[in-house]
Amino acid sequence: MAERAAAIDLEAAAASRRHFWSRFAIYGLLTVFAAVYLIPLFVVVFNSFREQAEIARDGLISLPRTFRLEAWAQAWSTYCIAGTCQGMQRNFLNSLWMTIPATIISTLLGAVNGYVLSKWRFKGSEVLFTLMLLGVFMPGQIALMPWAFVLGKLGLTNSTYGLILVHVVQGISFTTLFCRNYYVGIPDDLIKAARIDGAGFWRIFWKIIMPLSPPILIVTVIWQFTGIWNEYLFGVVFTSGQAQPITAALVALTASGTTARSYDVMSAAVLIGALPPLLIYLFGGKYFVRGLTQGAIK
Amino acid sequence: MTSQSLSALTIRNLYKSYGAVDVLKGINLEAQPGEFIALVGPSGCGKSTLLAMIAGLESVTSGEILIGNRLVNSVPPKDRDIAMVFQSYALYPTMTVRQNITFGMESRGVPKADQAEAVKHVAALLQIEVLLGRKPGQLSGGQRQRVAMGRALVRDPKLFLFDEPLSNLDAKLRVDMRTEIKKLHNRVGKTTVYVTHDQVEAMTLASRIAVMHQGSVQQFDAAQMIYSRPANMFVAGFMGSPAMNFIPAELGDGAGRPCVTVRTVDGGTAALELAQPVPAGAPRNVVLGVRPEHIYRFSDDLKHRKRAIAAVKAPVELVEPTGAETLAVLRFGDLEVTGRFDPDSAPRTGETMTLGIDMARACLFDPTTQSLL
Repeated sequence: MAERAAAIDLEAAAASRRHFWSRFAIYGLLTVFAAVYLIPLFVVVFNSFREQAEIARDGLISLPRTFRLEAWAQAWSTYCIAGTCQGMQRNFLNSLWMTIPATIISTLLGAVNGYVLSKWRFKGSEVLFTLMLLGVFMPGQIALMPWAFVLGKLGLTNSTYGLILVHVVQGISFTTLFCRNYYVGIPDDLIKAARIDGAGFWRIFWKIIMPLSPPILIVTVIWQFTGIWNEYLFGVVFTSGQAQPITAALVALTASGTTARSYDVMSAAVLIGALPPLLIYLFGGKYFVRGLTQGAIK
Repeated sequence: MTSQSLSALTIRNLYKSYGAVDVLKGINLEAQPGEFIALVGPSGCGKSTLLAMIAGLESVTSGEILIGNRLVNSVPPKDRDIAMVFQSYALYPTMTVRQNITFGMESRGVPKADQAEAVKHVAALLQIEVLLGRKPGQLSGGQRQRVAMGRALVRDPKLFLFDEPLSNLDAKLRVDMRTEIKKLHNRVGKTTVYVTHDQVEAMTLASRIAVMHQGSVQQFDAAQMIYSRPANMFVAGFMGSPAMNFIPAELGDGAGRPCVTVRTVDGGTAALELAQPVPAGAPRNVVLGVRPEHIYRFSDDLKHRKRAIAAVKAPVELVEPTGAETLAVLRFGDLEVTGRFDPDSAPRTGETMTLGIDMARACLFDPTTQSLL
């Protein structure tokens, strides 16, 4: 009896050792990968607080000896980009004025589309949905020339409004896909009950569908906000100078090297440009993951 | 014309097809004011489609639907003066019970004071006052069911539609709610159309039952008639559990009286005397339909009590006691026949017993047309 217990103990000890080493290997590997991914971020963050002279002396990759916020202030309001010395603030606001309306409009349109395509199906609605899905797989470059033509005709070149239009239309495929697939999970009986209760198309949308939508709306808003904020191609092609969104301006900043490159200011500028999507993800990321995995509403 | 104005609901020659598929094939039904009609049938028989068409949720391919004496074929659901209870309850998940109940009144622009009054009345009727502040997710199945009924009742409609409202409840609660629905109907007295696949629900609740199969009404009659004089073998087999026994038989004359001959287990035959004269034009080969409860253990006493008892011997293959009654599987030729016995006179497995079949209650069917003779 005692022998048997001892044997079991030995076996258990071996198992727990094996368990420890496999955990050790897994976490070790994950730490290495995380470091590879995070080191560039640390480099940029450190450099934004270092002095240009220090960067020149110690090299780009090094721990900071000093800590100053001057580069951030410069990048925000005084640094010269292509002859204008107002820093990034103008472009940052451009990006905000572009991203916020484009996100809201494309999300709302996606919600209405998804509502129609899931709850008010009509002859050919499935075909229409399939066609809209093509937009998900179509690279933005294909639309570049047509958009140049359309914006030219509308007189919206070099304007934030033009970019809002582009991003709303380009985003509808995704927002429609997200919302439609989510709304399919809402029982049709709810809609039928509401119709018998005397509610019409819009009343059902605002009173029944919308209150059930926060999970998918959060996903869509995060997706659209990050996508539109980070978008570069349309920004750089259709706008210039003062009208550029921050992504295009960042490239202009690095290219405007009349004097020696100021890595401190560039680092700060890059971080300013990356901050809004990061903040959105930090505050909404939990809901993003939850929304993507959430199934039907019972 | 007078009969039309009396009906609360009239359905005339109603058809529904999806492309080439005919879901409903010429439905005719009518409900008197205050009547409780059950639509019953197996899944896919078209009963739910019929209900959705009465509600206006599905379009009419051809035919007429009248509520009262108004043709409603193209009237939108909200203007039909109906209320519906769904199988899934379809409570609005983000609203409280109170908001669920008032949503329809708000849509129709009923003044707030009247809404509050109506909610109070319905909540008292269904005893859901304490639930008014809760969301549907915080309610049990039975409570959701009550709220769904409250939402329908508050409308005070001409017509109540129920779409399998009890099938999501567990067995015990289902029986309780069934009684409640019946009480409620007795109290409110509104015309009701009730869809169910459960023949017991249909029998217990409805004044008249429409048995549906493959898109048409097989029989539309009072519950007791459906049970005792089923129009065809489908209705006979669908209504009643355990189902009616169908025994192939041959019509003949036994000592000058009409009788049917059935096969017995030993390869021989037994002649069972019929209680009624054979209908004219009946084929020689027929199907004898006997409900399990019309098979008894034969005794002289039984022969005195019932006017048409036919005796036949059969071995008992299996006995299933359920407590209140005992079911036994009996062998007739190569057929299995189920009998329903009082536990006191229940057979034992292996016993060969003499059965008394109550021929006054038996039905004869034509095997080719399957209709009642």
